[in-house]
Amino acid sequence: METQDASSLETRDMLLNVGPSHPAMHGIIRIITKLEGETIRDIDVHIGYLHRGFEKMSETVSYNGVIPYTDRLNYVSPLINNMGYCMAVEKLLGLTAPERCQYIRVIMSEISRVTDHLTCVGASAMELGAFTVFLYMIKAREYLWELVEAVTGARLTISYCRVGGVKADLPAGFEEKTRKAFVETRNVLKEVDKLLTANRIFVDRMKGTGKISQADAISYGITGPFLRATGVNFDVRKACPYAVYDRLKFEVPLGTVGDNLDRYYCRMEEMEISMRIVEQCLEKIPGGPVQVDPETGRPIPAAEMVDKGKMGRINEIAGKTAVTDPTLEGASDRVRSTIGVAEKRVFLPPKEDTYGNIEGLMNHFKLVMFGHGIRPPQGEVYQAVEGANGELGFYVVSDGSDRAYRVRVRPPCFPIMSALPKLLVGEMMADMVPTFGSVNMIGGELDR
Amino acid sequence: MNAPSLSELLKTKAPEAVLAAHAWRGDETVTVSPDRLVEVARILKEDPAFQMNFLMDLTAVDYLTFGKTAQGQGAHANTGIAVRQPMNISTEEPWPGRASAARFEMVYHFFSLPLQRRIRVKVPVEESKAEVESVAAMWATANWFEREVWDMFGIRFRGHPDLRRLLMYPEFEGHPLRKDYAVNKRQPLIGPVN
Amino acid sequence: MFGTDNFLTSKLESAIGWARKYSIFQYPFVTACCGMEYMATACSHYDVDRFGAGFPRFSPRQADVLFVVGTISHKMAPVLKKIYDQMTEPKWVVAFGVCTCTGGFYDNYATVMGIDTIIPVDVYIPGCPPRPENVLDGLIKLQDRIQAQHDGKPLARPDPRERSFTV
Repeated sequence: METQDASSLETRDMLLNVGPSHPAMHGIIRIITKLEGETIRDIDVHIGYLHRGFEKMSETVSYNGVIPYTDRLNYVSPLINNMGYCMAVEKLLGLTAPERCQYIRVIMSEISRVTDHLTCVGASAMELGAFTVFLYMIKAREYLWELVEAVTGARLTISYCRVGGVKADLPAGFEEKTRKAFVETRNVLKEVDKLLTANRIFVDRMKGTGKISQADAISYGITGPFLRATGVNFDVRKACPYAVYDRLKFEVPLGTVGDNLDRYYCRMEEMEISMRIVEQCLEKIPGGPVQVDPETGRPIPAAEMVDKGKMGRINEIAGKTAVTDPTLEGASDRVRSTIGVAEKRVFLPPKEDTYGNIEGLMNHFKLVMFGHGIRPPQGEVYQAVEGANGELGFYVVSDGSDRAYRVRVRPPCFPIMSALPKLLVGEMMADMVPTFGSVNMIGGELDR
Repeated sequence: MNAPSLSELLKTKAPEAVLAAHAWRGDETVTVSPDRLVEVARILKEDPAFQMNFLMDLTAVDYLTFGKTAQGQGAHANTGIAVRQPMNISTEEPWPGRASAARFEMVYHFFSLPLQRRIRVKVPVEESKAEVESVAAMWATANWFEREVWDMFGIRFRGHPDLRRLLMYPEFEGHPLRKDYAVNKRQPLIGPVN
Repeated sequence: MFGTDNFLTSKLESAIGWARKYSIFQYPFVTACCGMEYMATACSHYDVDRFGAGFPRFSPRQADVLFVVGTISHKMAPVLKKIYDQMTEPKWVVAFGVCTCTGGFYDNYATVMGIDTIIPVDVYIPGCPPRPENVLDGLIKLQDRIQAQHDGKPLARPDPRERSFTV
């Protein structure tokens, strides 16, 4: 009997729908793959399953009202989104936040960056079978989330930054809590390192898969750890420094080949570097981690302040710190001017003023009530910050009214997703899982 | 820094293409006429004075109701209380305004990695002829950005390899980010139209 | 002795209810930010495994509880309906997060204002995102519902018009 050689057998490509609801896809996208055996010949990526109309909604609310929507863009690192948006609107207004406030924002951003990388590496390890790594990383993330909760009040969707400042100062004991959280995180990173970095299975699956060249990465507009893994040194914190990054010393990890393993190394290094940035900030932050009233060294009880205000003895209370009721605005020993600009038309007055005297109440009213609010001058700005996935840009157009005219967010994982055909065509089906995991696609950011 | 203004440099290289230029709040911006877009894009990419290898962002703005909202003019707010327009917070020079009265404006943000400079290019697009040349051949990232602009604004791109909706489903009619599309006008595939 | 309401069959039904409620195989239909809190609930700190619900089944044919986690857009709605239809009886649906309960603050052209407009829901867990303790509370309510179904006195599905109040 004659044996037929394989080339004369009829073959057909198979269309496989890696559908919107899939366990190994970090979010909902549909990848229609054309497979020849196990090799991917062509892919078509369909996104938009989480399109929630962020840009349209931000035209219907006030400037500060957009902040909760920005939390839910890249929901694993919400503080970076908050900061980016607030800095864009502040640029529009021509204001800079006070120095301490900038340090606070940088600290919270870097903690957010660590949580993002923990989630990314944990989830992609889980998809490769290393379930324990996922559990360890989520454990570390819990410690960081407890830290974030101590500062902002919420774990995930924090709405912490405001235009002109932040909502409240760091609480008492923050430095101690941070050190403890970082000790735990560093332990977890050490354990994960032992489990994964020299692990034959992990390395075999990640090495050489999902490669992209430098020229392609730049042409596709890819930024962030994905780009740095190919060897291109571009970090928005170094290239276009914002906030206090120009005063901080930190390195930028670069890869060589641009495959999944390099991206894993980059992210692990970046977590350690982010923690060191936070430690530097805690040393350099003006006024120390906890604030004290410089004049008297002794705060006045809020009720006493209110009484004096009602009797018209404003000069006895002007500029003093009040010990507030614990139900109002967090720690009792802080000075308001360090966490927000001293601009009445932009930043809310402290609650002692709002409830204490009529000027504060009117100020609050003019900023919060519908139809009033922050009114930046007409104009347009673009502000880029380094998100966990790359350059997160906010392009804000104002027409002088109390609502933003156009808020555009330049999502860092959008160009990376558009480069997925480049990364995956020619690879095996099973290589889609680690590659897609290292893309760190966040649906809220991709689809907005 | 005494670096020459990029917009001035662009004006010398392509004088008829540039309609206006400014650097409000430090962002270099040039407005370019639509038929010269590809020429300007090529200059920006290849000329050693610019070397804009990154197309960071590509989007559009619909200027239909710019400055025309009641609050913007200082008229009565919804509360019935007369709202006085406050003075500009910053005392720097005001925004020079738009170079044309077209309804849409395409906005391109470029970044040059070797020179570490940014530039914004704006291209006015008329509503009656909502079409622009595609730059997807020069920067691969423009492919998806342009699809999104088509989806959200309805501006077509000549020469785009595959112009179809990106974020919305194919049965959706209309372009949501246009100012005349109501924010809660739903077109559900299944379920009630609340 | 035999019949629908006697001692043996009712004890058997209770036992089935007890077994079903402590071996929940959920299908986590994760879309958005609530997914992060779902992960946190499922992992070591808040551990949903002690309720017997620690094993997600990523196929609707093998799952009995559909956890709809995160905003459902109109593009995604037919997919959700398809997955719900593919699940076999008995099945329950948990609306996790306020976007699935009522649409959240995304009142716009793209979002489904509550998944109960498409599929019937058993337990609503509001929150943006709900804390893991809220999720566990919702899970316990689901377990009560599963048990009650088998004790012969099923709890009525909450009326969608009253969906802002907990049962």
